[in-house]
Amino acid sequence: MIYLMCLFLFCIGVYCILVKRNIIKIIVGIGIVEYAINLFFILVGYRLRGRAPILAQDQVIQNMVDPLPQALVLTAIVIGLAVTALIVAIAIRLYERYGTFDVTKIRRLRG
Amino acid sequence: MSGKLSDSNKPGMTLIVKTITRLTVGLIFLYGIYIVMHGHLSPGGGFAGGVIIALSFIHFMLAFGKDLALKKLSSGAASLFENFGALMFLTIAFLGLTGGYFFFNFISKGRPFNLFSAGIIPLCNVAICLKVGAGLFAVFVALILTEITTKRSDR
Amino acid sequence: MNYELIPLFVAIPLGSAFLVSLLGKRLKGFSDAFSNLATFSLFSLSLLSVPVIGRLRILVYKVGGWIAPIGICMVLDSLTIFMLITVNLIAFLITIYSISYMERYTAKWKFYTLFLLMLAGMNGVIVTGDMFNLFVFLEIASISSYSLVAFGVEHEELEASFKYMVMGSLASSFILLGIAILYSHTSSLNMADISRILVERGSGEILFFVSALFIMGFGLKAALVPFHAWLPDAHPSAPAPISAMLSGLLIKALGVYALARIFFNVFGMSAISSSILMVLGIASMVLGGLLALGQDDIKRLYAYSSISQIGYVFLGIGMGTNLGILAGLFHLFNHATFKSLLFLNSGSVEYATGTRDLRKMGGLSSRMPVTGYSSLVGSMSISGIPPLAGFWSKLLIILSAIEAKHFIFASIAVLISILTLAYYLRVQRLAFFGELKESMRGIREVPLPMRVSMISLSIICLFGGLLLIPAIGKNFLNLATEVLVNGNKYAQVVFGSMK
Repeated sequence: MIYLMCLFLFCIGVYCILVKRNIIKIIVGIGIVEYAINLFFILVGYRLRGRAPILAQDQVIQNMVDPLPQALVLTAIVIGLAVTALIVAIAIRLYERYGTFDVTKIRRLRG
Repeated sequence: MSGKLSDSNKPGMTLIVKTITRLTVGLIFLYGIYIVMHGHLSPGGGFAGGVIIALSFIHFMLAFGKDLALKKLSSGAASLFENFGALMFLTIAFLGLTGGYFFFNFISKGRPFNLFSAGIIPLCNVAICLKVGAGLFAVFVALILTEITTKRSDR
Repeated sequence: MNYELIPLFVAIPLGSAFLVSLLGKRLKGFSDAFSNLATFSLFSLSLLSVPVIGRLRILVYKVGGWIAPIGICMVLDSLTIFMLITVNLIAFLITIYSISYMERYTAKWKFYTLFLLMLAGMNGVIVTGDMFNLFVFLEIASISSYSLVAFGVEHEELEASFKYMVMGSLASSFILLGIAILYSHTSSLNMADISRILVERGSGEILFFVSALFIMGFGLKAALVPFHAWLPDAHPSAPAPISAMLSGLLIKALGVYALARIFFNVFGMSAISSSILMVLGIASMVLGGLLALGQDDIKRLYAYSSISQIGYVFLGIGMGTNLGILAGLFHLFNHATFKSLLFLNSGSVEYATGTRDLRKMGGLSSRMPVTGYSSLVGSMSISGIPPLAGFWSKLLIILSAIEAKHFIFASIAVLISILTLAYYLRVQRLAFFGELKESMRGIREVPLPMRVSMISLSIICLFGGLLLIPAIGKNFLNLATEVLVNGNKYAQVVFGSMK
């Protein structure tokens, strides 16, 4: 059931990218899409009645949630950060050149 | 934010913000270092610690203005730290070749749950912290400098 | 000792990228010399690995000493060697070209840093044997290419880079979603391990969903037809060596290679995915060819032609037969050489004349003989004129389509080949033959490094057909085909050699 919530969040993100005209809203849409996928990946690793996969001294652990997706999602979050930083920098330069944030007006390349 | 930069002759924010920042920015930096050093014992590690360290510098820049912050850590120095962190990471990986494999854990592992244990992992954490911290600060400086150029050319 | 060379394919470009970033600003000429040294060492390393693979067939390297499936492993088999030689050879020639071309832009060391990072990402995608590692290197290469497209920050380049970036990150999200679902089904990330578990447990409907996600994601990176809209804007706007790199290598290493590796070796080729790839290939061929007819901008025409030729590669590989895969892979190698040659030519035309519009050019061959003749060789090769290399690969694709009884596909391939000849002849006539316009009287031939790389690429175009002779090309092409045809047995081979 909670996976459907992730899919719903993903669809909201894709809607933002496709429909919105402001560049900043498109960037926020990309952020929502990445967020939804990271959330889905972490939820994949849930085990019933598991606890956090951290070993401390003198502690015996019975069940643990899967630690591998957590490491992978950490990497994916960093990648998302890099993409966001780059796309915001390009959006700032686009504003400098074209003077508008409206995607429908930034259309010099056609054909 | 830095909108006051060109309006008044005092850069940065109000006196209350500056006082609190002076008190807390060193603590934030120390907390970041703590998270990096204990990366193999508790959650956190290189990336999270690096982000916190970068945030302490950004906090300083937001409160005191661009010029004072760039005197503490100039963008050239940030770029130097970034490259140095990446090269240190690659060097550790290459030194693993002495143990036989590329990324091999060749330093002795010690007893678990101590601070000095787990081989190359703390060193890798430090390298990543340098790279991420300096990188994030450099990104922020690059974006802020671009914005100021736009504002000046509008007038 | 031999197999420790495998991580060097990723470590050398990464290390050199950061060294160039550190020292390139202060020392003059350091960035040029060092990056050329790095790409040359990569190319010689890939050549040195050919006899090793010919002897051992496959080489598995466990990074950090952790055995699979716990650790990441790097797999070097014949398909990997084929792609590595292609990528590193053309990267080396493009680095030679950029010595003089990038003088026009500021901050050459930034260009070399990003270029070497992109090369590290591409090499990583080719060499790795682990799914998430593939995603990480894919992202490294993609992010570097986003910023390289926007390198000279003019209006069109920023707009093209923005469009490319939005579509590219959406595609990467689809790929990550596919990897997440695959992980939840098989609980392993190693490619050979996933393949083994899918065979043991049986795949079911979830494999269709994951295949669809991967076709969407990797298909966008490869510019397959419904997902091609970013390419005609991104490739012309980049500086010429980057256009050559993107069009000649990136869409192949990230798109075609990753799709082929996953669909043949991890999933096992089924009839449905085979027909989908073939139909999308045909659509790319037709759409790319038709849209290239009406172009006046020389680089935009070459970009549409790239879409068309990648359609040929997908038609060949999607067929699944021995001859089809051989033809597809050979056409991939040929297209890498002649498309890079053509983009480098357009770069030198732009360097000398300052324009990219076909209607303003004319008769350039009289003043720029090296550019003119290498452009002639490249265009003849891509249109399939015997005995140049492109003829053999297109002939093999058409023959394999006839052998698999897809007569309609074969006839469409022949028609589009004639169309390709038509628009390339138009480019040659408008740009290089005919008479020299008044405004072009003062142009001169391009400097030496650019000439050297163009001549080397045209030599490869001329004699590339020799690779089909088994005595010369056995280690190169035929073994690579065998790897893909073997399909699911990839898992047994990898586990067998991991002792």
